Amino acid sequence: MNLISITNSVLAVLLAPLMFGIINRTKAIFAGRTGQPLLQTYYDISKLFKKGAVYSSTTTWVFLAGPLVGFAAVIAATVFIPFGGLPALFAFKGDFVVLAYFLGLARFMTVLSALDTGSSFEGMGASREVTFSALAEPAFLIGLAAVAKYTGHISLSPMLTGIDSVSWGHAAPALALISLAFFVVLLSENCRIPVDDPNTHLELTMIHEVMVLDHSGPDFAFILYGATLKLWLLGSILIGIIVPVHSGILLLDIVSSLLGMLALAVVIGIIESIMARLRLLHVPQLLLGATALSILALVLVSR
Amino acid sequence: MSLLILGLCVIACSGFVALLWGNKPKLSSSLACAGVVAGAVLGLIPAITVLLNGAKESLRYDWSIPLGSFFIELDPVSALFLIPIFVLSALAAIYGTQYLRPYHQQKFLGAHWFFYNMLAASMAMVVLARNAVLFLIAWEVMSLASFFLVTFEHEEKQNREAGWTYLVAMHIGTAFLLAFFILLGSSTGSLDFDVIGNIAPSTANILFLLAVIGFGTKAGFMPMHVWLPEAHPAAPSHVSAVMSGVMIKTGIYGLVRTLILLGQPQEWWAWLLIAIGVSSGVLGVLFALAQHDLKRLLAYHSVENIGIITLGLGLGLLGLSTGLPALAVLGFAGGLFHVVNHAFFKGLLFLGAGSIAHATGTREIDSLGGLLKRMPWTGLTFLIGAVAISGLPPLNGFASEFLIYLGVFKNGITNGAQAVVLALCIIGGLALIGGLACACFTKAFGIIFLGEPRTEHARRAHEVAFAMRLPMLILAICCILIGLLSPYVIRYAAPVLTQATSLDSQVVAEEVADTSTVMWWFVAAAGLLIGLVVFLAVMRKWMLRGRTVRSAGTWDCGYAAPSPRMQYTASSFAQPLIYLFKPFLMTRSKPVSTKEYFPAESGFATETADVSLRYLFEPVFNWINKTLSRLHWLQHGRLQLYVLYIALTLLILLVWKMR
Repeated sequence: MNLISITNSVLAVLLAPLMFGIINRTKAIFAGRTGQPLLQTYYDISKLFKKGAVYSSTTTWVFLAGPLVGFAAVIAATVFIPFGGLPALFAFKGDFVVLAYFLGLARFMTVLSALDTGSSFEGMGASREVTFSALAEPAFLIGLAAVAKYTGHISLSPMLTGIDSVSWGHAAPALALISLAFFVVLLSENCRIPVDDPNTHLELTMIHEVMVLDHSGPDFAFILYGATLKLWLLGSILIGIIVPVHSGILLLDIVSSLLGMLALAVVIGIIESIMARLRLLHVPQLLLGATALSILALVLVSR
Repeated sequence: MSLLILGLCVIACSGFVALLWGNKPKLSSSLACAGVVAGAVLGLIPAITVLLNGAKESLRYDWSIPLGSFFIELDPVSALFLIPIFVLSALAAIYGTQYLRPYHQQKFLGAHWFFYNMLAASMAMVVLARNAVLFLIAWEVMSLASFFLVTFEHEEKQNREAGWTYLVAMHIGTAFLLAFFILLGSSTGSLDFDVIGNIAPSTANILFLLAVIGFGTKAGFMPMHVWLPEAHPAAPSHVSAVMSGVMIKTGIYGLVRTLILLGQPQEWWAWLLIAIGVSSGVLGVLFALAQHDLKRLLAYHSVENIGIITLGLGLGLLGLSTGLPALAVLGFAGGLFHVVNHAFFKGLLFLGAGSIAHATGTREIDSLGGLLKRMPWTGLTFLIGAVAISGLPPLNGFASEFLIYLGVFKNGITNGAQAVVLALCIIGGLALIGGLACACFTKAFGIIFLGEPRTEHARRAHEVAFAMRLPMLILAICCILIGLLSPYVIRYAAPVLTQATSLDSQVVAEEVADTSTVMWWFVAAAGLLIGLVVFLAVMRKWMLRGRTVRSAGTWDCGYAAPSPRMQYTASSFAQPLIYLFKPFLMTRSKPVSTKEYFPAESGFATETADVSLRYLFEPVFNWINKTLSRLHWLQHGRLQLYVLYIALTLLILLVWKMR
């Protein structure tokens, strides 16, 4: 355990909300608007933290536990993530499985707290969430198996440091396929277009936003903050593969990874500007496609 | 050993006593329950001792039955299976005394308790027996006792049918086991398990297949699982808990014991088990998702979990047959650990289902809702079971699935083609099973316990009595503790793994120590998670202090008169996944639409019948019926002609002998 690695968690907690700001700014530029301030998500979160709360009379303690466990699980998951040359705080064999299942626990409780309201809107969102995440899980883990196979390590930190510019030289197809699969998983797990539209608060087309309709005040702040952190978590794994700068100079590595995250946010923003949401029936095809890409990558690295 | 024998005697004798006092239901229940609890405590002491120190204790008497001997042995593998058997039997018995209270006036409970105690004792005997004849007798007693338990409410037609399905399935399985033991005995010359030595590879192949079918029927491998979704809903809930939690594991025990007896495995055995594991796992959870009856849903989840266990065993065999000891140790560790974990959380969930049925009078998921407010303890424990069975951290279900993952990642993806297939089957399979199990248990818990009551049944629900809550609470605490203490569990499992894998104890010890370190990291992360949850809870409480916290109705998008009927149902919750996997499930929907011009009653219903029952077993049995009915003219009911048959047979035999 390398204590300096706590920087990874600190960076995640500090900078994750900024990703949303950058995405929104990109979308605003595409739409020809000035857009909200870059720090808007921070303002939202701090405002929500200062508010009171309204709870539905239908709900029980499960409704209160959902945001807590959801937020705690994603914060705890930051300790498994290496970032910019720094290994993860908790690096052990199979740590990425624990990471994936921590996110699973967060989802489980979020879904239950949605069902706790008794609202059919939230039930609908919950149902879609479990459907799509069940299909995204194999794509994610098989993709990680391909990385593990390629690097010969089974812990996230050495796996990501095992990929460098040389690997992109001779295993480019496999790494590109894995990156693409992870990108689809990232979009789906974070409820971005083309799977879900984070802007449609009151339509039947949505997944994540509809599950949290009844949350308010600090609870909603936990959920919002948790959502930004989840984007950061999956984003930093993706960036670890796409931007493999391992110069040995800590600052340079961290800055290049941060630039990678910035670019990722811009790309997500561009996608949200130029694409429409897929029909719900087509989302499974997208996710099965991602699984197929992961499998293909695994076949390529197993040759 | 003597404590164990004493324990078994106490269980069996209290069963007889309960039968004698059967017309006094209260006394009979208490006697039987006290017997099981006392016997279990007595039996647990030697079981735990043997598990920890890895020694073997045996007892052998001659027996007048041909080829039989009363030969029992307690070794680490037996001890591992004995512990859940005793714990769950005792807790379910305590639960049962209260659960059966409504039947005191209507039923002869003495018989029920007699068979219950017989079941508990025979399960223990099955894992102890070291002689084929003794094993088969214990096996048959177990099957018959559970048959009578399943048909407890035989007044209802569906329960009788379920009982028949169960009885037939069990005896088909036993037929394969008979063939298995006859072949085993004829190739080695004895039916005692300790003298079975070198078996020719071709014989071993056949023996393995016979064991997979014979023991697999009991364990519930797809497609031999057809009895599970019939028998579990029919049985009283404490019986379902025992049957699903530990009785089906005797099938797994049989398979593990067979593998130990057969020695060096072939590689295709491993792949067969992996294939069975993946198909049982994925199809089990898919069928579970499509069910409307809570206990049927749980029964299909048993198929899923048996699949996960089999995946672990298959992985272990692959490690043994290809010379990868780490894979062998982790595979068996994951599979066997899941045996114990599944006993705890599935027992818990079936008891929870029993409490729900007891309190509301229905098991129909779509008729329930809002039970958490009415049954806080049942709800809390059911939630813990649901998280555990979904394989989520920090509970025990995750710990065992993680070991299987770890085995594949560590050692399974090392060489070419095998890597791709393994990653697909095991990593992809486990990930999909995990995701679908989450969907299934958010559905089960969310629709049953959360929201508003959908019917009067649910509205009138009440919390169950202490005797029913206590076993659930103990099982829930076990699920949490086993998860958080998993590094210790792995460490103490070294003797079991040495025996199951037949590897050098040094190799096993190293692998176990390494795995234990990994598990400590997991526990540390889980501790961090729990700490964060507590911290955030305190923080929220502190933040909300002095602010307005209001209660209002659920946001209804402006609709003026929401009613509980408008809530999302279990069927609608599962619909997207069921639609996606339609080719496997063949769900039939029956929309009743209005064809007339004027409004009339309309409705919608879906039903997911068991595909293997409908498309595999029914045609096969129909064919057998049809073919054999040609011989009906032989059996016409005329006694004198039957006597003639006997005389003719004797005559032919005589002539043949004199020839």
